[in-house]
Amino acid sequence: MKSFSYERARTPAEAAASALRRPDAKFIAGGTNLLDLMKLEIETPAHLVDVNGLALDKIEATPEGGLRIGALVRNTDLAADSRIRRDYGVLSRALLAGASGQLRNKATTAGNLLQRTRCPYFYDTNQPCNKRRPGSGCSAIGGFSRQHAVIGASEACIATHPSDMAVAMRALDVTVEAVRPDGTTRNIPIADFHRLPGDTPHIETTLQPGELITAVTLPKPVGGTHVYRKVRDRASYAFALVSVAAIVQRDGSGRVALGGVAHKPWRVEAADAELPRGARAVATKLLANARPTRDNAFKLALAERTIGAALTEAKG
Amino acid sequence: MKFDSPATTNPIDRLKVVGQPFSRIDGPLKTTGTAPYAYERHDVAANQAYGYVVGAAIGKGRIAGIDLGKAKTAPGVLAIVTAENAGKLGKGRLNTAKLLGGPEIQHYHQAIAVVVAETFEQARAAAALIRVDYAKEQGAFDLASLTDKAKPNAITGGPADTAVGDFAAAFAAAPVRLDARYSTPDEAHAMMEPHATIAAWQGDKLMLWTSNQMIAWNAAEMATILGIPKENVRLDSPFVGGGFGGKLFPRADALLAALGARAAKRPVKVALQRPLMFNNTTHRPATIQRIRIGATTDGKITAIGHESWSGDLAGGKADGAVSQTRLLYAGAHRMTATRLATLDLPEGNAMRAPGEATGMMALEIAMDEMAEKLGIDPVQFRIVNDTQVDPEKPERPFSQRQLVECLRNGAARFGWSRRNPQPGRMRDGRWLVGMGAAAAFRNNLLTKSAARVRLDSSGIVTVETDMTDIGTGSYTIIAQTAAEMMGVPLEKVKVRLGDSAFPVSAGSGGQWGGNNSTAGVYAACVKLREAIAQKLGFNSAEAEFADGEVRAGNRRVPLTQAAGEAGITAEDEIEYGDLAKKYQQSTFGAHFVEVGVDAATAEIRVRRMLAVCAAGRILNPKTARSQVIGAMTMGVGAALMEELVVDRRAGFFVNHDLAGYEVPVHADIPHQDMFFLDETDPMSSPMKAKGVAELGICGVAAAVANAVYNATGVRVRDYPITLDKLLERMPDVG
Repeated sequence: MKSFSYERARTPAEAAASALRRPDAKFIAGGTNLLDLMKLEIETPAHLVDVNGLALDKIEATPEGGLRIGALVRNTDLAADSRIRRDYGVLSRALLAGASGQLRNKATTAGNLLQRTRCPYFYDTNQPCNKRRPGSGCSAIGGFSRQHAVIGASEACIATHPSDMAVAMRALDVTVEAVRPDGTTRNIPIADFHRLPGDTPHIETTLQPGELITAVTLPKPVGGTHVYRKVRDRASYAFALVSVAAIVQRDGSGRVALGGVAHKPWRVEAADAELPRGARAVATKLLANARPTRDNAFKLALAERTIGAALTEAKG
Repeated sequence: MKFDSPATTNPIDRLKVVGQPFSRIDGPLKTTGTAPYAYERHDVAANQAYGYVVGAAIGKGRIAGIDLGKAKTAPGVLAIVTAENAGKLGKGRLNTAKLLGGPEIQHYHQAIAVVVAETFEQARAAAALIRVDYAKEQGAFDLASLTDKAKPNAITGGPADTAVGDFAAAFAAAPVRLDARYSTPDEAHAMMEPHATIAAWQGDKLMLWTSNQMIAWNAAEMATILGIPKENVRLDSPFVGGGFGGKLFPRADALLAALGARAAKRPVKVALQRPLMFNNTTHRPATIQRIRIGATTDGKITAIGHESWSGDLAGGKADGAVSQTRLLYAGAHRMTATRLATLDLPEGNAMRAPGEATGMMALEIAMDEMAEKLGIDPVQFRIVNDTQVDPEKPERPFSQRQLVECLRNGAARFGWSRRNPQPGRMRDGRWLVGMGAAAAFRNNLLTKSAARVRLDSSGIVTVETDMTDIGTGSYTIIAQTAAEMMGVPLEKVKVRLGDSAFPVSAGSGGQWGGNNSTAGVYAACVKLREAIAQKLGFNSAEAEFADGEVRAGNRRVPLTQAAGEAGITAEDEIEYGDLAKKYQQSTFGAHFVEVGVDAATAEIRVRRMLAVCAAGRILNPKTARSQVIGAMTMGVGAALMEELVVDRRAGFFVNHDLAGYEVPVHADIPHQDMFFLDETDPMSSPMKAKGVAELGICGVAAAVANAVYNATGVRVRDYPITLDKLLERMPDVG
């Protein structure tokens, strides 16, 4: 671990300003991902801005009929919130499918969105990785890539985003609220929040330098049946090979987003329209132009079958 | 004590303490976090500094240059040891690869330096400042491409190849035949406690507080490597947080702590960092196996052949996957062959039931496949081919062999008759349900073991032996043995283990620890009883030790009085004659597994498992049960998820942490049960016990595999059985 300086921010804007002043700074909240990465010197911030003291831990109703989730709401608390369980079941289920009880107690809403990939080459500092060391190359291409992206990847990176929560949030079309150093706020639709790797896989979101996530806003409930299916080799405490967040209405319409297949939660609005025609039609639209590796080509069939299972489950 | 004729009645047979399900006596220490594990022994030496290990970044090649400049001047740094400044180091006989590499690099993450600093964080930060230039070399990293170049290699307990009768002719003539290839991947021990050592020098004497399964081996090995007399090395390892064979031999933590302490001139502690463990230490090597079975139409095996290929560093040894096929089933014509390829991957070596576990993974699928070809129930097929003698040497009977009883008992308990032999026909909601069975089979190994026993004036019996407790329950069964022999309650026995200053025991490995170490304690107790009887003027053959007293005729003397102020001490060793040559000593069992396979996603989940085992006298049914269910869990890992994935370009195991190398979690094991059949084996030792710790892993992965086949109709012969290997051939979703 590299030495770093540390401060406790008193207001979101102050935190943002501090981070802007120090390009080598990182925010720290739950630390469930960042601290591990710092110990391995995958992340080497010279300055940490601790945001845990900011009062961003409430879940409040919005005038639009939705909910505003503070950035520091812990995953456990968010999953257990009665309003979330009642109106946004897919989010609660996705959260509970992730990590372990201990980690969910610590991990925050904003931190979950910002967690880094679990590509094993990203974790081994001896190996080239464009995400860790831009320009060094991608070891996963031609290497062990069973967990990796099948769509939206690039010649520079085939990593996936590991979050379950973000997949549900993509299906729910949340808005990410960020504060800027000048105290003004910006709302970013979740669809625009995570980036595809392109030739800059180390830049993972559209947050600008200094911007701090303050909340995630859920639109008013959309109803329907909420399903989250996470497919993995062991029954718990594993990242998704493929996951499906589905919200299905009584008339068969709805939304579907995939996890474990891309550098970001994967949703194609045109695929939603195929829902009444079944899993194959949805998967064909969702995964058009997929370019899997030999190790992970199974994810295409798996995604289709898991969508099918989710739709069956939704029909009850 | 020489054990060279079958055991007769002895004080252990009273079974007042032995054979009872006592909770482990070290349990409170562990549950309160006060059991002293190596890295946490802050009190044993003052002024401990911290070592951080640097692993090689290449799979094969040389260090062209190493720049320690920045690291040396980093805050808190006390010393940096590399092969350049370590002085001359010997090569031990137990490890294939050097524990400190450089300039030659033999495998990825081979230790090349240890940085010693005032704090762990300083050592870690400084280690990151070391700059190494490597000259990479082309290595051999792909076993499958090297099978043609593999050479015959002897396995533990036997030659590379065996042959009886005319296998080729008999196989060709058999009306029903199977010829199939299987593979098992490289696997990691992945024990919870990392390899860890605190080292301190006093003059030319070295003290190592470490985590190790085999104390005497390691004291000798460390002396060889360091080039110092054996008596100058002392090891202490009272608690071990899991080993599974990964701590049989000294590892880099011990050597680098010793070298670091010498360089820093103060005690140094080193734990292998988790991401290093998978490539730095040993692992269970991958195998490719070919099995051929020929049988008559009524299911009698006439020909059985088993070939295995594995790889290791030059000078290493082969996985003994074929060993159990030599003994398990009848059949007049037989062959086995073991081939070893040279690989530049990290060192392959023992892991829980080495050879047996991998071989049974393949053999017991083959038996299931063959039963299906024959149209015979797979449990019945195994029963039909039982043998009560070593099939390669029919003059050698098994000392005890209750495989058939285990299979029958298990089948009845499990509800095997409800299995539909047609695959893919059982359904429970979204789950395709299947049942599978397999034999469990692991040999019982005899090895000498010594102990010292002292009776003091307060009536406390203290046992000292360098035996280790690696989570197995050694403390408890040793205490039970001494309590039974001396006629005292369990709480009157104190057990001290793991110190090389104590008499040399069997140690923990190969499921030999339980039977041999307690037999050694038995021998010492016999001597102590004789000494007490003699002191009291009793005829030792008539003296009875019970309820804290020695009795003979109408005389009764409390042990407290018999001990006198000075106490009485006795030491002895159990040694073995040739009973193991005359009789094949083995343990048996039967595994039954029910799985559900998600009809849509092909996710495999074990629903319930059962093992029925016959393994000699069970010294403590509670700790023995824990051993078996733990082994069954490890077998589920081997069946469904464990695989060190080889990057064949760079030559290393890619998934080298516990996020990438998955082992079962609680949610994977919803229902598990096991039973022991009554058995005493007078050929094994005066304890009439045998090993049990590794029996539980042998065969269980195949039982899972067979259940997956029964659920889906998809036969997977390459472990681990993951959903991607099923998906294409899964029945259509309705």
